[in-house]
Amino acid sequence: MMKRFSTEQLSKSFSKTTFNFIKILPIIIGMLLATSLLITLFPEQISAGLFGNGETLDALLGAAIGSVAVGHPLASYLLGGELLRGGVGLIAVTALLVSWVTVGIVQLPAESLMLGGRFAITRNLVCFVTAVIIAFVTVFTTRLIGMF
Amino acid sequence: MSDKNKSRGIGGWLFLGLVVISYALVGLVVPEATSRAWMFFLNVMRQVLPVLGLVFILLFIANLFLDPKWIKHYLGTGAGLKGWIASVLAGILSVGPIYVWYAVLGELQAKGMRTALIATFLYSRAVKLPLLPLMIHYFGVVYTLVLCFYLVLFAGFNGIMVEKLIVQKR
Repeated sequence: MMKRFSTEQLSKSFSKTTFNFIKILPIIIGMLLATSLLITLFPEQISAGLFGNGETLDALLGAAIGSVAVGHPLASYLLGGELLRGGVGLIAVTALLVSWVTVGIVQLPAESLMLGGRFAITRNLVCFVTAVIIAFVTVFTTRLIGMF
Repeated sequence: MSDKNKSRGIGGWLFLGLVVISYALVGLVVPEATSRAWMFFLNVMRQVLPVLGLVFILLFIANLFLDPKWIKHYLGTGAGLKGWIASVLAGILSVGPIYVWYAVLGELQAKGMRTALIATFLYSRAVKLPLLPLMIHYFGVVYTLVLCFYLVLFAGFNGIMVEKLIVQKR
């Protein structure tokens, strides 16, 4: 049976969504502007300099960047998409995307305080390793599917 | 609005302000590069704008339908397989900043929730349903589905690994 919502509930949800959306908008625009500037200024360095050291090292670098990055996950898609267009490999970009949302170096103190230091450190380390593994298996599986 | 929320909101605008200042500074040195970057930004923004509309709608639906009490109820102790499924689903469906969830999970942990389920919940948050259209826009449908599949699969694996390693350390 369909749940019915009152005008008040709808209005409350709409206000909350609008408020959250307005909060993430400057981050999205800022991230897009920053990425556009970086890609315009350093197209070669981003693709060949920082990355381009083999799939494993690139994946580790992508995971490391994602681990220390702070921001809305949307920003990681934008950055990842632009890096991809700039010539960075999909494995490195995937490692960045996954570690961005699973590893949180900046949140580590908060996580340690609320869930325990041992838990927070172990979880983040395991997440870093799995980000690299997922990057490889995702790209290989996608390529495999693309073959059929 | 809480101070925490207020500062987070201001943080976004501060970040945008810093980027605009960077544009101005770079524009003074290499004006043509700034102009190219601006055109690049406008082009990307044109492509992203419709997807952002869809993201807004999905966020609205999530806000309307998801009750935090429901999520908390199904993550309780002794849920067995249901607990694993619930942790994954709750993680995927959970919205808002992660700090809020640390507090909720900390409370559940104190009441005896399994470490593996906490780690699974946190890992499942990597699957962002409202943002899937944007991910598809950038990386394609097949890639997005494959990545989401592995994220869900590894959520459970991650939970088990974290629990085992913590027990070993003890």
